[in-house]
Amino acid sequence: MVERHRPGAGSKASVELRPKDVVLQGILPSKISEFHPEIGETTDMVEVIVKPGDLVAICDKLRNDADLEFDYLLCLCVVDYVEHLQIVYHMYSTTHKHKLVLKISVPPEDPKVKSVISIWPSSDWFERESHDLFGVLFDGHPDMSPLLLYDGFEGYPGLKSFDFHDYTEW
Amino acid sequence: MENQLDTVHMMVNMGPQHPSTHGVFRMVLWVDGERIVDVEPHIGYLHRGSEKLCEGEIYAQIVTLFDRLDYISNFNNELAFCMSVERLMGLEVPERAEYIRVILCELNRIASHLLFFGTFGLDAGAMTPVMYAFRDREKVQSLFEAVSGARMMHNFIRIGGVRNDVPDDFLQRMEILIPELEQGINEGDRLLSFNEIFLARTKGIGSINYDDAISAGLTGPSLRASGIPMDVRKDEPYSIYDRFDFGIPIGQNGDSWDRYYVRVEEMRQSLSIIRQALRDFPDGPHAAPVRILIRPPNGEVYVRVENPRGELGVFLVSNGADKPYRVKVRPPSFCNLMALKNLVKGEYIADAVVILGSLDVVLGEVER
Repeated sequence: MVERHRPGAGSKASVELRPKDVVLQGILPSKISEFHPEIGETTDMVEVIVKPGDLVAICDKLRNDADLEFDYLLCLCVVDYVEHLQIVYHMYSTTHKHKLVLKISVPPEDPKVKSVISIWPSSDWFERESHDLFGVLFDGHPDMSPLLLYDGFEGYPGLKSFDFHDYTEW
Repeated sequence: MENQLDTVHMMVNMGPQHPSTHGVFRMVLWVDGERIVDVEPHIGYLHRGSEKLCEGEIYAQIVTLFDRLDYISNFNNELAFCMSVERLMGLEVPERAEYIRVILCELNRIASHLLFFGTFGLDAGAMTPVMYAFRDREKVQSLFEAVSGARMMHNFIRIGGVRNDVPDDFLQRMEILIPELEQGINEGDRLLSFNEIFLARTKGIGSINYDDAISAGLTGPSLRASGIPMDVRKDEPYSIYDRFDFGIPIGQNGDSWDRYYVRVEEMRQSLSIIRQALRDFPDGPHAAPVRILIRPPNGEVYVRVENPRGELGVFLVSNGADKPYRVKVRPPSFCNLMALKNLVKGEYIADAVVILGSLDVVLGEVER
């Protein structure tokens, strides 16, 4: 049985941003308004949701703008919401010491997104891992060969539809 | 005649079972004589699917899975996961539990760096330091055993506190242990750090500058060796780290020796934190009343913790059920190992071992 995410059901976690992130939340709308982002917050981070097509442009802006300067990619991961795959970028600025989470959604039948390896070289293995486990194709990545799984492994074990018990080792 | 000879790069396979790789890790090196032209690391021999396994366990059970990620610094891993759940639930942790956590985590950092100290000496050809390092590490391990009942895989830090209070003789034990550790660290420092052969093997080897270190995604002591004072304990103090006075050692050249010496200095800072924590050690309950079966509210949280190896991130998505919807671990060793490519290019093949050792990776965490 595929367990589904139920947005809106149950109580919500309370939100508490650090002072630095409150400042970031204030300046963010004017900086990236051209991408029509949805700016909100998760438990302790400023959250930005954009369309997949704008990904590289907005990452370039976030990386190079003097007031934002997100030069350190903390984490890149995929969350399988069954109806869509969400790709989540956590980033941090070593100069301003604020952090941000950027999210895009791609359809599960054709998960394809531009690679951000030209902006953050450290996204290299994170993207390969996401391709390994979730089948997301990162366009522009030089090497999409399996990282964690062995050559010839079939299926994408990170997905909710991949049941634990479907897989036997030998 | 001499210009007509062709040269080709030779491929050398190092690992997966090579004593210097600290686990099952393979790197394919292309060498021109003894110089490394290119390198391709291969990981995945220890992939256990821990993140997927987390989706099938209740929250209290996941602590044991986190023990097995970075098996050299178990307490720090447990802390990261428990903190993520606590932050999502808005749970207050009792004062005494926070102090126990910090003391154990800092001791764990010392134990982990001592292991690094010993094995890095071995990588550079010094056989004696490992004896000194393990003598002192053993003392820390027996304290862990007295507190949690296990030398590794403690399963001690729980959501809302710690499993049980420290034993009655904890403070007396610590009074003996701290000076012994300090002496041991100083002894090791005098033995290895400025040894001429060791300096020749590590100084200027595998250097990386400020900007490259950030863009390559190095983290923890390896990043600080390049002169970047980035430490989660200072940048974004979690638990009770904002109450202590401690420094962040940084290096200048970002070479293997700096990466080594930053860790030696870090052990001294950890001792200072432990001393301050023991001075203010409060009374009170060791855990908040939390049920075994918890259902954190809808939402997601990203928690950053400074592990001995660097910054550990835990991304937790909850849908209000008794099991997490998604757990993603951002392992520090994974990021450090990714940067290996930038470090070994142009170095001698014998130095690849030293550079890999200076990053101090734990493969259990890289592959999860």
